[in-house]
Amino acid sequence: MKVIIASLFSGLLFGFGLIISGMSNPARVLNFLDFSSNWDATLAFVMGGAIAVAAPCIYWVRKRSKPLFADKFDIPTSTTIDAKLVLGSACFGIGWGVSGFCPGPVVVAATSLQSDVLLFIVAMVVGMLAQHWLKPTTA
Amino acid sequence: MENWIATPFEPLSGLIGGILIGLSVVLLLLTLGRIAGISGIAAGALTQRGSEQYWRLAFLIGMLLAAVIYKVFLGGFEVQTQVGSGWMIIAGLLVGFGTRLGSGCTSGHGVAGLSRLSPRSIVATLTFMAAAVVTTNIVRHVL
Repeated sequence: MKVIIASLFSGLLFGFGLIISGMSNPARVLNFLDFSSNWDATLAFVMGGAIAVAAPCIYWVRKRSKPLFADKFDIPTSTTIDAKLVLGSACFGIGWGVSGFCPGPVVVAATSLQSDVLLFIVAMVVGMLAQHWLKPTTA
Repeated sequence: MENWIATPFEPLSGLIGGILIGLSVVLLLLTLGRIAGISGIAAGALTQRGSEQYWRLAFLIGMLLAAVIYKVFLGGFEVQTQVGSGWMIIAGLLVGFGTRLGSGCTSGHGVAGLSRLSPRSIVATLTFMAAAVVTTNIVRHVL
């Protein structure tokens, strides 16, 4: 139960962060990616604020032997730069650049119940499942 | 394409929102020992079972709860899409497939990964940022 409440509260903080910063609005995100008309640099301040808090705190948290409610830290350790990483990130960037949506913002934006937002989510889920099902042959 | 909605530059609300996102990443790591990467959490909520699924569902429910609280008590927030349904479907497929193939998105690689100076996350973030900037400029100014 502690795990569920901690996770729910983390999600709540994340959601508020996205909404307060305006990242839940794809128009704002696209206005960051497009430097040439109505440039809106807000996204840089969101990333900057998040990293300014997370970088020192993650360093401090990882000095603990284990997390509060789990037996060990579960953090990716791979340092291999492979084609999957670059190709996947490029695909994601193209989709993000078309729509202005990445996975976090579109979750909070879902509550707008706009049909195009919901269509994006259905397609995103299909894309995620497709990669999951293809994994044994591509890995 | 033409007629893009302008949005005001709001560095202070950006910074405050960013700090909340950073605190969320730290809280999930401190309590569960997990990285708050939303693409991984969303995919895991669909494909994992048992406790591995439950904490991810709880995180997503927390995000939705934030949106509902904001709508009911704090006056709501804007969601202004800029391209048509066909583009949104193509974009959704690319975001879903790409974030899983590349093991992360703006949160897992962009915030948590950069914060711990992961070489994979630095490469991923530079790649998706560059791809997004090029794509947005093509969609807006070439097509």
